[in-house]
Amino acid sequence: MRLYEFEAKSIFAAHNVPIPRGKVIVTPEDAKKVAEEVGGAVVLKAQVLATGRGKVGGVKFAFTPEEAESTASWMFKSKIKGYSVEKILVEEKLEMEQELYVGATYNEVEKKKVMICSSIGGMDINEVSQRYPEKIFKVLIDPFIGFQPYQAKELSYGLKLPFQISKTIQSVMLKLWEIFVKFDATLTEINPLGLTKEGKLIVCDAHIEIEDDALFRQKKRLEEFGIKEREDKARPPTEFEIRAAEIDKADYRGVAGRVTEFDGNLGLLIGAGGGSLTTFDAVLNHGGKPANYCEVGGNAPVSKIYNLAKLILTKPGVKGLAVITNVYSNSRVDFLARGVIKAMVELGIDPKKYPILFRSAGAFEEDGYAILRKYGVKYYGRETPMDKAARLAVEMMKGKE
Amino acid sequence: MAILIDEETKVIIQGITGREAVTFTRGMLDYGTKVVAGVTPGKEGQEVYGVPVYDCVKTALENHEANTTIVSVPPRFAKDATFEAIDAGIKLINVFTERIPRADVIEMVAFAKQRGARIIGPNSLGMISPGKVKLGPIGGPVDECNKAFTPGNVAVLSRSGGMLVETCSQLSLNGIGQSIAINIGGDPIIGSTFFELLPLLEKDPQTKVIVLFCEPGTVQEETTAKFVKETSYKKPIVAFIAGSFVDTMPGMRFGHAAVIVHGETGSTKAKARIMREAGIRVVDYHSQIVTEVRKILEEIS
Repeated sequence: MRLYEFEAKSIFAAHNVPIPRGKVIVTPEDAKKVAEEVGGAVVLKAQVLATGRGKVGGVKFAFTPEEAESTASWMFKSKIKGYSVEKILVEEKLEMEQELYVGATYNEVEKKKVMICSSIGGMDINEVSQRYPEKIFKVLIDPFIGFQPYQAKELSYGLKLPFQISKTIQSVMLKLWEIFVKFDATLTEINPLGLTKEGKLIVCDAHIEIEDDALFRQKKRLEEFGIKEREDKARPPTEFEIRAAEIDKADYRGVAGRVTEFDGNLGLLIGAGGGSLTTFDAVLNHGGKPANYCEVGGNAPVSKIYNLAKLILTKPGVKGLAVITNVYSNSRVDFLARGVIKAMVELGIDPKKYPILFRSAGAFEEDGYAILRKYGVKYYGRETPMDKAARLAVEMMKGKE
Repeated sequence: MAILIDEETKVIIQGITGREAVTFTRGMLDYGTKVVAGVTPGKEGQEVYGVPVYDCVKTALENHEANTTIVSVPPRFAKDATFEAIDAGIKLINVFTERIPRADVIEMVAFAKQRGARIIGPNSLGMISPGKVKLGPIGGPVDECNKAFTPGNVAVLSRSGGMLVETCSQLSLNGIGQSIAINIGGDPIIGSTFFELLPLLEKDPQTKVIVLFCEPGTVQEETTAKFVKETSYKKPIVAFIAGSFVDTMPGMRFGHAAVIVHGETGSTKAKARIMREAGIRVVDYHSQIVTEVRKILEEIS
């Protein structure tokens, strides 16, 4: 779960890492008030969970309180990378001598946490590591010892800054580490970490991502900061996706309902995990036009499959359905068949006439196939590879546009 | 003899009284796996299909001989359960639990390394040496399992549990058996990645060909290619990479927790290119795995 900038900054402030003076606001009038309080020029930053907002109008300067109000008013009406702006952070505009970077994340290859700092801030750290590898300093952390002051010292020396500033950076790094660990973050970074003319360090922008799988033990801590649990997506979820998520939530059993909307005509109910990746690819590679991505597996009950099938079959533009899964280990083929048929019958769709293809195998396959035969649905078993089934589904859709 | 598991494998199951664990305990016993004990705190004295349950791993091992454990406990207890098994001297730990926080996983991995133990998973559906032994629900009930997995010379390693079964099922249908099949787990950080298992397979006389089922996200495939190239790996490897559509949708997660692409990093395009450069035979469609493996087997014999 990615935190908003203002949330991340409040955490840094609570750990005594200085942040700019300012406030998060929800109305243009408040933008004016904050600008008056702060005095002088301010920066308005749209609080959206998207990277690169600066390039699309998500960060603007204002030199008078009136200008702050009008800019905020404009910003609230605009969309930043598809997100509507509900909150704006209004802060004092600062002049920096230099912009630095400090961050902590995981190194998947070494299977360790890693602390990183760089003398280049304000740029994506992956880009820095590709373009200026000599300006980036990293240390892998032993899980049983943690990040130690001597490591902060060694890292900060790479930045080649005066001793006193170096010492302050070391303490910022240690606090960042403390936050990273305490909040079960997968990424914690101050980018940029501003160095003022007076030699003071300040958090210009902060990014914290908390691991979704660790939220169960972070609830109380997040509440203390007024942070609500929410689900992240690279783009805002569509109405269709929200409805699918509701179906999934209504019953804890089974992986079913991880849904992404597309604009094609072929509805998909496909095996979970790698099975869905394989099938979706095959549909696309054979020239098919998926209406959606939807996983089913983990022994989902009939009711869940039925609800998802119904959702997909009633999606505008859907002209056919492909149900393709891998050979099941712990799911039942008959559940899958029953759920799909129930949805069709209830919607008054004749399975004999509707373009539908079914490929699944594994536990209770004979029971499943019997149901499909009864309703006249074309089905395939393990002898038909998944990508061939995908091709047949695409062929079935020919002339259905 | 394949790798990691064989007829000598004696298993305990941590979390044996859980709903899913009870089901796969049955499946394992039916397959002939020696499940010697189970562990669920507070349930000592109970039995699951005749397998005695203990409160602690230590007590289980005082009463039974075991060299392998399955960890099938809720995420918040997974680290402790794994530590308990490692500390009791177990050398192979197959972690099934999904959604274990990364911070816990790296500690599990570090402790295992310290004690010379190996972790497979987390988020693994198990492994199987066909005709000999299986760990976990992989393949389902015994009859289903025998349809999908048959003994032979191909080792299959997969990031997906479901597709491990599917891949082996396709091979078996075409008369190609497997020496070992392992679901290494679908998480970003796992105990044993592809390339960490390759040295064992290189030494295994039963294994002639290796099949990898790959996915977008992480740099596992890239590091595997690097390893294959640098060590001039001796056995032929066939790879299929699912999910190329994910390349065009950066930041979005599909399927497993690890399936997320950021720019070029973790993209299937980059993976395929780097693997091919290392001499790994990357196929475009899943069904081509069979064709490619058959070709290699014919070349070898």
